[in-house]
Parts: sequence; structure tokens; C-alpha cells
Amino acid sequence: MALSQADVLAGIKEIVEEVAGIPAASIELNKNFTDDLEVDSLSMVEVVVACEERFGVKIPDDKVTDLATVEDAVNFIVNAAA
Amino acid sequence: MAKVIGTKAGSESRILAVGSYRPQKIVPNSEIVDRIDSSDEWIQQRTGIETRRVAEPDESVLDMATAAAEDALKKAKLAITDIDTVIVATITFPFQAPSAATALLQRLGHPKAAAFDINAACAGFSYGVAMAHDFIKSGSSTHVLVIGAEKISDFTDPNDRATAFIFADGAGAVVIGPSAEAGIGPVEWGSDADSRDAILMNPSWVDIRDTETQLTKAGGKWPNIYQEGQKVFRWAVFSMGKAALKALDSAGLTVNDIDAFIPHQANMRIIETMAKEMKMPDSVIIADDIRTNGNTSAASIPLAMDALLAQHPQLHGKLALLIGYGAGLVYAGQVVRLPEKA
Repeated sequence: MALSQADVLAGIKEIVEEVAGIPAASIELNKNFTDDLEVDSLSMVEVVVACEERFGVKIPDDKVTDLATVEDAVNFIVNAAA
Repeated sequence: MAKVIGTKAGSESRILAVGSYRPQKIVPNSEIVDRIDSSDEWIQQRTGIETRRVAEPDESVLDMATAAAEDALKKAKLAITDIDTVIVATITFPFQAPSAATALLQRLGHPKAAAFDINAACAGFSYGVAMAHDFIKSGSSTHVLVIGAEKISDFTDPNDRATAFIFADGAGAVVIGPSAEAGIGPVEWGSDADSRDAILMNPSWVDIRDTETQLTKAGGKWPNIYQEGQKVFRWAVFSMGKAALKALDSAGLTVNDIDAFIPHQANMRIIETMAKEMKMPDSVIIADDIRTNGNTSAASIPLAMDALLAQHPQLHGKLALLIGYGAGLVYAGQVVRLPEKA
């Protein structure tokens, strides 16, 4: 099922808020998970698993380190679901 | 008419007593951080570990295993001669053969019982409990000593930023014996053998032999433990939570029926996230021995069990869910009735 970038971004905002306690309003496409949002490597795993369940995609372990920014994650998920 | 093979009658089983041995030496994060360019805050945030126990150079896996076994036997009011089977779970006994289990029996002066070691890494104790239960149920054994003992400091690279702060030393033991009613539930166990590389000791002894002259030179490698933290975290939290729930289900129970949750003490973040995924109610007391004692691999569950009973004496005789998981990747979980107060 094709997903829109806006839908995925909205979903990621909710997930990051739930997992890491970061207000959704401060989560933007250009934000870096580690440096800007302070999502550490283990919380990132929780974010990834929640994204997999929510969007029905598979994000392999070796791809997780490539997802530096929110935009990287949105694009990966949109492409994986296409 | 063809002859048939006779069988023995067994019984249900339960943990009669738990004993432990912790090295005296306490190492706080502050003594580790400089070598790995880390901080106390970073380590606590990612693992929950504040201090860990480390054995002295002359304090062996066997010394620790023996002390834990003696403690468990004393609490069970049994002698080593009452034991007919010894299972030692370890990945750090530094002899390929014979086993740590036979060394322990020789030391305790009862060189008669069935004895062997198992390698299921951090899941080893739960594997041992499952085997002990099945041996008693089948009539093969009556009283089984299951010991988890590790001196991982011998196999940890103090400069490895991914593992140097996690692992620790210690030993825990249980005596498992016959019981009128089930004190150990069905085991839920298995593996994800495609992820063998996620936690491993490398290189092999054969590789070391072939590079023997290199070992003492710069760059020479000892079989230290390595792990891919994120991969293990994902597997532990999301697959092991499900496995633990299956172990409950196999015993006809739910998270609302147990009093304690004693998972392998790998990392406090794993334990907390796993408990959240499992929807563990607040009424369940969750073991957090890792905070002060680090990750002791096969020893962590019995050590945590003994500590929990000391902190919460009301848990004696109550139900606890165990789940061990580690290098393999392998896992085993079961519900047990905690031992009565000695």
C-alpha cells in the first residue's frame, strides 16, 4: 500500500513522542534523531519496531544506522511500502 | 513376545533452595569510563548499571561455582552426597575438558554424580532448570544441582566500547528436587541461529594456535566477547517478551498470576522495555540486580533470584517467571515456584 510522506511523518511524530517523550511539535523532517531529538541507539530500535508495526514495512538492523534524520526514516518507509 | 524396555517413575519438581556467590571487588563506572571514552551517565542511561562485581585474578569460575553450590545446599539442608546430577551452565570455564561440573564434584568430595556443563550462554541457567525438571520427571534424577557461573572478565576486552561496561563475574546455584505438585512449568525455548554473530567470542582456539606467536604482540586477539547491541536489544525486547508470555501460557497462567519477573540481567533498558511490551502489572516485582552487579551471563538469574528473596522475603514460595536469552541466539523461559524460606 502506498503511503504519503505526510502520513508517515505524522505517524513517526506520534511514535517518537510515545517512545522518547519528545513533543511531536518539535519533530520536523530535518531533525537528526541523535543530535537534535536525543533519541539514543536503544530508543531508536523501539522507534523502528513501532514503525514496522504501524506501516507494515521491514527495516533491517543494518539499515537503522542509515536513518540519521526524520526525513531519512520517512523516505525509507515510503519507498519500502511502495 | 518381544521384550519391552522398563521405565522409572518420576515426579514433579521444584526449586528447593537458591544460593549465590559474588566477588568482593566492586567496580564503579568511574573506574571504567576513561579507557572507553564514556561516562557514568552514559552507561547508566543505556544499561542501568552503576557498579559491577569483578573476580580477583586468583578467584576462578570453579571457586565461585563451588561457593554458590555450598550456599544452595546449606539452605536446602542437603549434603552434596544427596545430589545425583550436576549441571554447570558457563561459557567461561577456561578448560575445554573435562567439565567444570566434574571439577566441582571432586572439590566437594562426591565424585559420583552425573555431571556435565552446558553452553547456552546467558540462557544457560534456564536451560539447566528445564533439563533438571525433565530428568526428575522422567525418573533419571532425584536431586539436581544447577549452577550458573561466569568469570567473563577473563574474556572481555577492557577497551571494547560495546561490552567493557556490561559484563561481570559471579555464580548462582539452585537445588532442584521432587515435589508433590508442579513447581517448575513447561519450558518455552528455542533459538535464532541465523543471528549467531550477534553475540560471540572470537577468535577460535584453533585460530589462536595458528597465530600463537602473534598473541602477545600488539593486535593479537584473545577470544573476547563481542556483541551487536542494537540487534540484541531488538531481539531481546520484542522476541523474548513474546517467548516469556508463551512460557506463562504453557503453564496456564498470565502476567496477573505471577508475583515476580526474573529475566536474565542483560541490561535494565531491555528489562524495562520487555516488561512494558508484556504489559506486566505493577504488582509484579521485577528483578534489577544488574544495577549493582552487572551482566553475569548464566549466573544472572539465580543471583537475581537470591537477591530478590533477600529484599522481598514475602516472595518465598510465590510464582516467578524466568527468561534466559543470549549468545546463539538461544533462549529458555519457564514459570517456577520460588523456594520456601530456609
